[in-house]
Amino acid sequence: MSQQKEWPLWEVFIRSKQGLDHKHVGSLHAADAEMAIQNARDVYTRRMEGVSIWVVESKHVHASNPDEAGAFFDPANDKVYRHPTFYEVPAEIKNM
Amino acid sequence: METIIEKSLEEAFEEKIAKEIRIEPKDWMPEQYRKTLVRQISQHAHSEIVGMLPEGNWITRAPSLKRKAILLSKVQDEAGHGLYLYSAAETLGTSRDQMIADLHSGKAKYSSIFNYPTLSWADIGAIGWLVDGAAIMNQVPLIRTSYGPYARAMVRVCKEESFHQRQGFEIMMSLCNGAPAQKKMAQEAFNRWWWPTLMMFGPKDAESPNTEQSMRWKIKRFTNDELRQRFVDMMVPQAEFLGLTVPDKDLKWNEAKNGYDFGDVDWEEFWNVVKGNGPCNKDRINTRVKAYEEGAWVREAALAHAQKRAAREAANQAK
Ligand SMILES: [Fe+2]
Ligand SMILES: [Fe+2]
Ligand SMILES: [Fe+2]
Repeated sequence: MSQQKEWPLWEVFIRSKQGLDHKHVGSLHAADAEMAIQNARDVYTRRMEGVSIWVVESKHVHASNPDEAGAFFDPANDKVYRHPTFYEVPAEIKNM
Repeated sequence: METIIEKSLEEAFEEKIAKEIRIEPKDWMPEQYRKTLVRQISQHAHSEIVGMLPEGNWITRAPSLKRKAILLSKVQDEAGHGLYLYSAAETLGTSRDQMIADLHSGKAKYSSIFNYPTLSWADIGAIGWLVDGAAIMNQVPLIRTSYGPYARAMVRVCKEESFHQRQGFEIMMSLCNGAPAQKKMAQEAFNRWWWPTLMMFGPKDAESPNTEQSMRWKIKRFTNDELRQRFVDMMVPQAEFLGLTVPDKDLKWNEAKNGYDFGDVDWEEFWNVVKGNGPCNKDRINTRVKAYEEGAWVREAALAHAQKRAAREAANQAK
């Protein structure tokens, strides 16, 4: 039998209502995915906060490195022309 | 070289704190900040979990089905609060098993309020009204605490907490509007819980060595004495509405400070309970340890079952 004693950690994502994205709400421990979903229902949706639940074992989440966030997200910094406010629209032009 | 990097990291951290930018789990943080948070968040989690015991004591004896359903729901919320908070603490690198071991060994503390017994049904009213009221007073500013996962957990907790206080107040109101014996029950419960509730805000500012650093790191937003004063100012009119007498002969409105003057908490009692000598300390921990130990086989079986199933699925896929 394995030495592992603590149940694995799962990240919980909830769709609060039909048409919206699933959003990260927190984490919990569970032996398997089925139990993680049931526990997520009990812990995170006691007041109808959700219509759908995703669980992902935390060890499968890969993240960008916060210490390198500056350099990593830098390419977007100087591209103001990606925003509509960069462009001047003549006052005569409506609905653009 | 090492120290230069360390210093710039610390500066970047301090800058975030100054600009009210939340600190997230993988961000660099001073070791002491991490330690302070692990201590505070795990202590908070333990309080939610141990806090279920005094109220759980009355679930089977609630005076009506409605009250029973409400109390059950409230106690279930507290379990949820404990879980949100344990998860927040785990993002700092501590493990659930470690936190639970520390609770059971007595190394970690929980709020002393839960070391008092619930002698009558009125105590359930008093707890909801006073203890959850004080918890809200403590917790609302924590929504703006500097550590992201803690702040987010507090948003959920605070949303759920207000029903707790209202159901407690409603119990008190029913008793106060009832027969003289019921009113007496309410007053007696109020007398029992008033002072321990004031202790929930912690030692006086002058005797709270951690407060200053916690305020600088914006973990805490108000001092213990500030919160205690606000609580008294909020509760006295509510007690008057219920027709209850605050068990404090020194309580007096102070026009100049626009708040109440009130008597000194019995700090000897406070420290005595913190040290483990309150009326229920041993009982609370024994109950937790027993539940944990008796649940061990369930946790092991669930894990073994999950592993077996995963192995079977892997074998099927290999076919
Ligand atoms: Fe709570
Ligand atoms: Fe709480
Ligand atoms: Fe509560």
